[in-house]
Amino acid sequence: MDLVLLPDAATDAERAAVDGVVGTVSEPRRDLLLPAFHAVMDGVGWISRGALSYVCERLHVPPAEAYGVATFYALFSVTPRAPRVAHVCDDVGCAAFGGEDLCAAMEERLGAPGERDDVTWTRSPCLGLCERAPAVFLQRASASPPSEREGNPDATRALESSPHDDEPGGDHAQIAPATADAVVHALDGEDVPGPDPVVSTPQAGAPDLELLSRVGVVDPADLDSYRAAGGYAGLRRALAVGSARVVDEITVASLTGRGGAAFPTGTKWAAVAGSPEPEKYLVCNADESEPGTFKDRVLMEADPFALVEAMTVAGIAVGARTGYLYVRGEYPAAERAIERAVAEARRHGYLGDDVMGSGRVFDIEVRRGAGAYICGEETALMNSLEGRRGEPRAKPPFPTVAGLFGRPTVINNVETLVNVLRIVAEGGPAFASVGSGRSTGTKLFCLSGVVSRPGVYEVPMGTTLRELLELAGGVPADLRAILLGGAAGSFVTPDQLDVPLTLEGTREIGATLGSGVVLCFDSSTDFAAVLRRIAGFFRDESCGQCVPCRVGTVRQEEALARIVRGREIGGRTVELQLLRDVDRVMTDASICGLGQTAASAVRSALALGLIGEETS
Amino acid sequence: MTVVDLGTIRRLVSVTVDDVEHRVPEGATIMDVLDDAGADTPRLCQAPNLTPVNACRVCVVEVEGSRPLVPSCARRVEDGMVVRTDTERVAHSRKMVLELLASANDLSEAGDDVARWQIEYGADPERYGPPGPPAAAGERGNRHAGHHSLPDGETRATVAQPVTVDNDLYVRDYARCILCYKCVEACGTDAQNTFAIAVAGRGFDATISTEFAVPLPDSACVYCGNCIGVCPTGALKSVAEHERREAGTWDPEGETVTSTICSFCGVGCTLELHVQDNTIVNVTSPHDHSVTHGHLCIKGRFGFQHVQNR
Ligand SMILES: Cc1cc2nc3c(=O)[nH]c(=O)nc-3n(C[C@H](O)[C@H](O)[C@H](O)COP(=O)(O)O)c2cc1C
Ligand code: SF4
Ligand code: FES
Repeated sequence: MDLVLLPDAATDAERAAVDGVVGTVSEPRRDLLLPAFHAVMDGVGWISRGALSYVCERLHVPPAEAYGVATFYALFSVTPRAPRVAHVCDDVGCAAFGGEDLCAAMEERLGAPGERDDVTWTRSPCLGLCERAPAVFLQRASASPPSEREGNPDATRALESSPHDDEPGGDHAQIAPATADAVVHALDGEDVPGPDPVVSTPQAGAPDLELLSRVGVVDPADLDSYRAAGGYAGLRRALAVGSARVVDEITVASLTGRGGAAFPTGTKWAAVAGSPEPEKYLVCNADESEPGTFKDRVLMEADPFALVEAMTVAGIAVGARTGYLYVRGEYPAAERAIERAVAEARRHGYLGDDVMGSGRVFDIEVRRGAGAYICGEETALMNSLEGRRGEPRAKPPFPTVAGLFGRPTVINNVETLVNVLRIVAEGGPAFASVGSGRSTGTKLFCLSGVVSRPGVYEVPMGTTLRELLELAGGVPADLRAILLGGAAGSFVTPDQLDVPLTLEGTREIGATLGSGVVLCFDSSTDFAAVLRRIAGFFRDESCGQCVPCRVGTVRQEEALARIVRGREIGGRTVELQLLRDVDRVMTDASICGLGQTAASAVRSALALGLIGEETS
Repeated sequence: MTVVDLGTIRRLVSVTVDDVEHRVPEGATIMDVLDDAGADTPRLCQAPNLTPVNACRVCVVEVEGSRPLVPSCARRVEDGMVVRTDTERVAHSRKMVLELLASANDLSEAGDDVARWQIEYGADPERYGPPGPPAAAGERGNRHAGHHSLPDGETRATVAQPVTVDNDLYVRDYARCILCYKCVEACGTDAQNTFAIAVAGRGFDATISTEFAVPLPDSACVYCGNCIGVCPTGALKSVAEHERREAGTWDPEGETVTSTICSFCGVGCTLELHVQDNTIVNVTSPHDHSVTHGHLCIKGRFGFQHVQNR
């Protein structure tokens, strides 16, 4: 294939940005497409024809396909845009908790979204900072390296030990809770303080924690501090007992995936470990974009070495030499923490050609997402890593057979992986003794909305919803409904608070643990607005590949709009039937979990009468 | 592209469809089994000469052990598989796919099969309200992923937009485009290896596009027309056909088809000349032809002008 490129030439700044990522690579490297686009966005603020052509030339990607990729992701722009953009969360965890007010204030200060060409703002789906609503994510493009820029000492410090020190490019930051003043100042280049994970983890320092035990205790930037807290004992033990034993322990522990699908981790690991293929991969899914979810972010920001160690245990156990960590594009602090931890671990022989002197090879590559909820779906994530549109693949074949780059691949959620450390330390049976049935170990929950102490909480599986709420300051007064499991989950009501938080217990009441979202609403809530936001979310985030989801999410949103506006076609019963029909085809016939759950929350809200009367 | 390797003898596996057992070669798709049994299984994104993308979902069936329905076009049979096509769930999903597509797209040139399925399955696109206004030229391609304007539900969103005419050989009428990926596949790895077009944008706002939606003459397009050859809805068609349809002189009933061998080079592609009113209006090649698999080059597809210079 000969590349036919547009005649537009790239500017020096665009070339520099791309070269900074691609380096001297000359073979086709489609997998560097997202890193290259990120570099252009960070350096220049948008992807011009010239920039896209240059990326295509360097990576040998046909321009139409590269354009298809660039336009798939919300954080990329192929039209000129202000170099500094504030993404203001108006999703369900923020909207009623300052998000809509902030949007109004931003409009007053900066005009409509996209109006100004120096600094601007836009609305955003959940930014994973719901415990500190309202949330804002900033893209600040700049051609000079952050370390050379004035007035940004924090960015300098944060990037000090990052491997990309001297690349041109802007920075990214999160502000939560955000005020219009803080956002406008930050857009003007003012320093943004880094996160304080302890604020997000009210239990920090408590004695009975496992996954959160080091939060607020270790310095996330310091390997010695991690080691002093028992870090790397797990990997040492794993190397001593051997891979087969590690896989067995995970199976015996009955660890299930914490990313939402609750698949048995041991089954995946055993399949990949047992595959005769010479090349295998481990992928850590850190794309956390389920509205209301922020647990993985807190783990990465506060205890990044734990994830790096856990990935190393997992990678070696299944026979992978490379692990990819795909971190959500809107998580700059987590990304920096992880990048730094990976660099430190490498420097000290915990990653690389001879992990802890064992002769085993394992290293980690960190890749940034670019604004697409669907890229959390495992096969979409793999396509994204390969430099393709984040469209889910047909299964079978499953990733354990043909995953990343067509190779057997284990993909696990951040929280799933961090559990592995405890399992190798204590053994599978000890882990399995906590909880019941398929639901073993402890679980992280993301509490937000009308709770007194929002944040990430760790409890043993089987804890009731009521007990969980007690930890966060008590069952909220006037509680009306809880969104359990995220936008892909469903609403439960105050009379269901005694449900044990297990896979089985939630299923019994027609709900799901999902990604651990517990988003609380009181009776002053405008549920019509909440439902419309959820419907709008799925309409925005559908990849567009399959008809039930691509068109179904649009029709669902339209029907809801009619219902909440009292403009039903043929009456409410007819509209509810229409919604049920759309729901069924999305649930039954969509390719992936996005479409299959896109009607779940709406269905449960209608059934509970959160808008209008109960329907079942 | 599915190339059936006749050199190897394939094991037979046993599959039950609606309580009837079938012995079929391993590697066959469920759709192969259904077709052999004479079932009328609807399909839109499937084509015998393209890799299945299973995007449209109109061919779904129930497979025992799978909670979601399964696309019959792509799923390969396994020994002991139990398939059902005669259930209410299957009928519902097929109907809804047809209905949702018809609610967003102009399917009036999608052929007799699609029209028949619409009726058989009872698709009722009008229940989503009246269609919204068509988009201005180029507008749909400029929507930003992850953002859309809040609908009020008074009208239903569609993909209606003006026809793109930017070259002498074919037009792109994307109001008809159902995003079946066939043209992208034919332009890419399944036939032409040109990659002039791809899916751009996301979700309902996704489009088939060149880079930055530049006109075809500025893109990598070589005018092989294989995209036209695979388009199931009339979104891509020759200028000759487009002009006749616009003028009201398009006459598929009066069309005759003559087979011949392309004389431009030594490959020997079989051509089917579609003639209306004594004029060649389209050139195709049979998809089961061992050389072309239905795909041609610019000369075979469009080089017929000299035949009819009168
Ligand atoms: C639309 C969609 C979004 C998803 N997002 C995430 C995510 O952000 N993080 C995650 O770990 N899993 C996510 N998943 C689940 C993954 O597909 C996959 O099951 C998971 O990464 C496997 O890891 P686990 O077994 O450790 O949970 C998502 C699934 C779907 C369908
Ligand atoms: S269900 Fe939605 S997100 Fe998933 S493949 Fe289909 S269109 Fe894409
Ligand atoms: S950050 Fe706003 S809802 Fe999650």
